[in-house]
Amino acid sequence: MTFSPQLEAKFADLITHYPEGRQKGALIPMLLYAQDEVGAVTPEVIAEVASRLNVKPVEVEEVIGYYTMLWRHKRGKHHIQVCTNLSCMLAGGEELYAQVSKKLGIGHRETTPDGQFSLEETECLGACSWAPAVLVNYDFHMKMTPEKLDRLIESLGSKQ
Amino acid sequence: MADLITLTIDGRKLKVPAGTLVIEAAKQAGIEIPAFCYYEGFSLQAACRMCLVEVEKMPKLQPSCTLPAADGMVVHTESPKVADARKGMLEFLLTNHPLDCPVCDKGGECELQDMVFRYGAGESRFTEIKYHQDEKQWSPLVYYDPARCILCYRCVRVCDEGLGVGALGLTYRGVAAEITPSHGDHLECDECGWCIDVCPVGALTSGTYRYQSRPWEMNHTGTICTHCADGCKTTLSVRNGAIIRANNRDRSGYNGEFLCVKGRFGYDFVHSGERLQSPMIRKNGKLEPVSWSEALAAVATKFSEIKARGGKFGVIGSTRTTNEENYYLQKFARQGLGTASVDHHRTGDVPALIDALSGKTDALAAMADLYQAKAALVIGADLAQQHPLIAYQLRANYRHHKMAAYLVNPGASREEQYAKKSVHAPPGKEMEAVASLAGELKGHEDLVVIFGASLRGEGVRQLVSFGDTLGIPVKYVCLVDYSNSRGAMDMGLVPELLPGYRSVREAGMEPGLALDEMLAAKDLDALWAVGANPLESAELASSAAFVVVQDLFLTETARRAEVVLPAQSAYEKNGTVTSVTGEVQKLKAGAKVMGTKADLEIMGLIAKEMGLNLGIWSPDKVFEEIRRTVRGYNIPLPVVATGGAAQTTPVNGRVPAMPRPEHIRPSGDTLFTSGTLGRYSKRLSSVMEAPGELFKG
Ligand code: SF4
Ligand code: SF4
Ligand code: SF4
Repeated sequence: MTFSPQLEAKFADLITHYPEGRQKGALIPMLLYAQDEVGAVTPEVIAEVASRLNVKPVEVEEVIGYYTMLWRHKRGKHHIQVCTNLSCMLAGGEELYAQVSKKLGIGHRETTPDGQFSLEETECLGACSWAPAVLVNYDFHMKMTPEKLDRLIESLGSKQ
Repeated sequence: MADLITLTIDGRKLKVPAGTLVIEAAKQAGIEIPAFCYYEGFSLQAACRMCLVEVEKMPKLQPSCTLPAADGMVVHTESPKVADARKGMLEFLLTNHPLDCPVCDKGGECELQDMVFRYGAGESRFTEIKYHQDEKQWSPLVYYDPARCILCYRCVRVCDEGLGVGALGLTYRGVAAEITPSHGDHLECDECGWCIDVCPVGALTSGTYRYQSRPWEMNHTGTICTHCADGCKTTLSVRNGAIIRANNRDRSGYNGEFLCVKGRFGYDFVHSGERLQSPMIRKNGKLEPVSWSEALAAVATKFSEIKARGGKFGVIGSTRTTNEENYYLQKFARQGLGTASVDHHRTGDVPALIDALSGKTDALAAMADLYQAKAALVIGADLAQQHPLIAYQLRANYRHHKMAAYLVNPGASREEQYAKKSVHAPPGKEMEAVASLAGELKGHEDLVVIFGASLRGEGVRQLVSFGDTLGIPVKYVCLVDYSNSRGAMDMGLVPELLPGYRSVREAGMEPGLALDEMLAAKDLDALWAVGANPLESAELASSAAFVVVQDLFLTETARRAEVVLPAQSAYEKNGTVTSVTGEVQKLKAGAKVMGTKADLEIMGLIAKEMGLNLGIWSPDKVFEEIRRTVRGYNIPLPVVATGGAAQTTPVNGRVPAMPRPEHIRPSGDTLFTSGTLGRYSKRLSSVMEAPGELFKG
């Protein structure tokens, strides 16, 4: 399997950051970037990454199971993570999570049928000072309110 | 020997080499320290904390599986503190355990059960709901029940380190942590089933044995695997006359616990619905069941008649029948029928090697040598596919002793994972590649050379001359493919040679027809195939030939026969077989299939019908005769009788007549095939989708 030229370039550079014989350290970032492009860690991605880093497929399986950020099924184009850890919970994080869930009709680690959105209840995002926090793909949205959240989802939805 | 140190375990003073692990030191003194994750021969894990011991002057309990014994150390393995810690560990292990022992395959031979019984962790302080995950099927042969798993990593290590497959890993975390197969929800692996055996609990269960029996309801018989030439000891567990499990947990053979998929699961052909259970005679063009007496009389009458008119016989022996049967068959052919046309399906040039080694002693490697040699040279052999035990031995040698492996193969093989050097050379060009390795090979203390059938005749002689130039001790293994291929050759099932590599001319005969020539002879009067299926891939030219077949199944050859006699498999009879490394081991009857007879008995009865005196046809008597008369086979009886392996001391001289190497045809079997036999094993066929090609690129 081949990836986009940009991603190929990224991988080529990534591998050089690890000492000779320790390239398998690049496993997690490679899986994350591949997931960003492909949408999920598919069996093809597993086989490809395993062979590029010369590790056994089962080693990739181990990592996927361990890290919740790696998904076997497709995530939405907009992956919404709502923090419900302590600070955010006190500031209404759980309600925000319920709101997104109701609005989109999906639960934790689920994707809407049109593939636009996926939802994840997440642990601390390191944004406690600006709780409650929501992460959409790699963008932070802080001091969230129910209204702001509605508008956010609508604007994302209209972006297609 | 390394420096000895003295330590005290449970009040007993012991001397052990420095660096010995405390758990091993204790074992040598007969003190068992319980452990789940520690497994002899594999990497250390220190995950289960069952082997904690109290060591004086050390503040905390220590895991004895990773603690090297030190001089003056005083260890207590069963102090109240230790027992309490173990009890606590067990309570933890049982937190989410389903305790479904009454329906668990492992119940009765479960290490967790035994430990809980021993330390009395019968009560739990946990009141939380147990975390549960349902059982999964990973392959036709391997099931995994995460709820029972205690995460000892034994399965992960045997698969990765022992076999080089690495199909198992650990995923998720905390209470959800579980073993994962190589491909998400299923396994693609060697399907050897060792992970199942080695599992201390019932987390891994086998597709063949699950829910079949309680362990104490079976009888166990240690015998030799009938699939390849590596001669693994396999213990058949039999219930109501049927084999329902095979393993080798008592490590009784030279294979230890190792078995490949064929040894562990490939026994089901024995109880195949297609087994022949009655003799048959062709009547009006159709094979009809008849009584034994009618069938035997028909064979005897016809054989006597053909013999009387000086007709042409062709006798084809088996690569899976016992030495006794092979010996008796060639004797029957040569003395009884007066024919020199005796052959079998040859898969390697053993006579050429024995001839080339003339004058050398100790130059044939035994299975144990493959684990001890400092270096190994493999030529033209995909070992992981075709000789699983040899592959295992070499890998273990590398793991434990850093043996240097050199490969000369037409393509990639699994041994490349650890080989020092691998050269790809097409068949016919191996010797050039081998010669290029001379410099490196010379640097090792000793060498074992393992070669496949692409080297034969002159090629084998060149190889041995090459070995001579290295100036180090060299031992050889000539690979042959079937379970008693070596024995068939040693017992003289070839046109040119009597048992023990003596020329047939000594018996006043000229060499007869080779297998292909018998099939091609238009004037052949009788073809007698004992446990062989030559017509699988060839035609019989003589339309008038009287064909007699002794076999387990209605093979292509049997379909052409006039008389078919239902024979027993290796798992149903006694006798001896000789492995690829020339080691003689004993077969012991485990199962019984109604209506069948051992080939030896069948031949004996035909001889009797014909009024021939070929001696008593009991396995023991024939073996005695072999020991007395066949060169190299005067092996120590007690070794074989007690289930050991005795290497035959080969003829130390020129082989007087050379079987023609052009009649060698390798079986081409892979890990999941086994000649004609494999077709009748549902289990082997069920895993056919797993990788099975030879020399994958
Ligand atoms: S059956 Fe053998 S090869 Fe397959 S996972 Fe188990 S140990 Fe590994
Ligand atoms: S499946 Fe068995 S052998 Fe493997 S880790 Fe679990 S308990 Fe240990
Ligand atoms: S390696 Fe050969 S002898 Fe051993 S179990 Fe497998 S098929 Fe049987």
